[in-house]
Amino acid sequence: MNTQSRNESFDAQPIAPTVMQATRPFYWSVRRELWENRSIYIAPLAVTAVTLFGYMIASIGRALSLSDLAQRRTVLEEPLTFAMGVIMAIAFIVAIFYSLDALHGERRDRSILFWKSLPVSDLTTVLSKASVPLLILPLFAFVLTVVTQFIMLLLSTLVLRGSGFSAATLWTQSGLLPMSLVLLYHLVTVHILWHAPIYGWLILVSGWARRAAFLWAVVPPVAVCIVEKIAFNTTHFAALLQDRFTGGPEASTMPGRFPINPMMLTHLSPGRFLTAPGLWIGLAVAAAFFVAAAQQRRYRGPI
Amino acid sequence: MTVIEARGLRKAFGATIALDGVNLRVEEGRILGLIGPNGAGKSTALNAILGLTPYQGELKVLGRDPWSERDQLMRDVCFIADVAVLPRWMRVSQALDYLAGVHPRFDRAKAEGFLAKTDIRHTSKVRELSKGMVTQLHLALVMAIDAKLLVLDEPTLGLDILYRKQFYDSLLNDYFDRTRTIVITTHQVEDVQHVLTDLMFINRGHIVLDCSMEEFESRYLEVTVHPEQLAAARELMPIHERQVLGRSIVLFDLKTIRPDRQQLAALGDTRTPGIADLFVAMLAGQSGNYAGAKQGVAL
Repeated sequence: MNTQSRNESFDAQPIAPTVMQATRPFYWSVRRELWENRSIYIAPLAVTAVTLFGYMIASIGRALSLSDLAQRRTVLEEPLTFAMGVIMAIAFIVAIFYSLDALHGERRDRSILFWKSLPVSDLTTVLSKASVPLLILPLFAFVLTVVTQFIMLLLSTLVLRGSGFSAATLWTQSGLLPMSLVLLYHLVTVHILWHAPIYGWLILVSGWARRAAFLWAVVPPVAVCIVEKIAFNTTHFAALLQDRFTGGPEASTMPGRFPINPMMLTHLSPGRFLTAPGLWIGLAVAAAFFVAAAQQRRYRGPI
Repeated sequence: MTVIEARGLRKAFGATIALDGVNLRVEEGRILGLIGPNGAGKSTALNAILGLTPYQGELKVLGRDPWSERDQLMRDVCFIADVAVLPRWMRVSQALDYLAGVHPRFDRAKAEGFLAKTDIRHTSKVRELSKGMVTQLHLALVMAIDAKLLVLDEPTLGLDILYRKQFYDSLLNDYFDRTRTIVITTHQVEDVQHVLTDLMFINRGHIVLDCSMEEFESRYLEVTVHPEQLAAARELMPIHERQVLGRSIVLFDLKTIRPDRQQLAALGDTRTPGIADLFVAMLAGQSGNYAGAKQGVAL
């Protein structure tokens, strides 16, 4: 080692050229998340299957026992809203639990040492993990909801056929397409853009909490609320959190009951939403959380 | 070409100083063994080299700062940090897919070729493999990467002798060539004695020995002294003396004492010492509290 080449120049040597696109590590990191956390798709699929099964057994059975056509239709259409709510709820729950474990699991099982031995930056890793609650889960919930509602309507058509009721009316009046559009709008505005700082916070906490990530995620915000209440007798922070969770300006865009009001689409106000300072402040905070999570991952080894 | 260069490398954890101004230089084509007791600073030094921990002082790996350029550096640097860091949920086929996806220098066919020589099936999950097989898998993945520097931190810990031997055999036969550089830390020094080209002892954050294996072999000599020659041997100021089966084995540093090999041969049977024996000798000399080490236990 300490031989002849002491005086040799020691400039930066060329690193292997990047022949791959910059997005490839990101793409494979997202796939990696889906391999590891199969609950991301299994949990929503299981809930969907149970809902459809229940629909076939209970709703269709009940509908067949009713003689009044209008009642029959109500019984058949009500679960469409319910299915949507259930799928969105499970996607939300999976997103919360996934985020709380996102940067924790790799430290707990020491695999962080393997991931860090590969040419994937900390920011790429954090963003690939963030894309699960912010992209994969909302879009998957959307597709599942649309498919489920489609199957439910298809089954309703079969039941109502021959009973003199026009199935075509059911399809046009229930408004599957406008409802899906409203749902997509709701998912993008509320579940992705408005909720982004929530997931940013959870992923950040998952990176530095050595244990009990859930408590670390919940206690500090609650403590701030309490301190604010005691010190100033105000509840601004609590109101802020509530506004963030319930969905802010577009909270009311959650598609309502079937059959959908065709006016619903015109009630959407993307202009108002996009100009709401809360949206941009929230996105800036989320970006700060993700950058902080990437920074601290540099310093972190196995627990 | 210099692969690693450190000047005044320092790292402290609170009041504990893990690295205290380490200077080191590793040239291309070398296999360096970094040997030291627990807590000596080996892992800290490796972590600094791999960009896993910040440090003070100057450190360049392939001419780059590992702390600020880890992800780029990892295209040319590989490491096996421990036996058990492959994610347990992963399938062998997924590991191959993922590496092919993210690593520009990963040769999938090569990795599959290495795996074909083992009993590892592509459908197995890491958690279903034995410890030895996990190491085989990790080595197959790493050897399929055309890297300039490979860092192995206790790569064979907890493996039986067959796996250990196989590990170093394939490393030398299937991977190493004069354009690659390997840095190994291990406590199983007997395994690597004939693998290394360079040797470095580290203790309490300091490098206490830095030499090539040729230097090591010409500089240190161990003599199993005939009982009647013991007094004569002691007069020549050996750096260490230990008792094995009632006979004294003394270790000489030929650089610091006058007698040559012929003189020492007259005292008894001579041989090149094991790295472990020299290590124990140097550490026992450095600090009195290594009483246990004097028994010649493996490091």
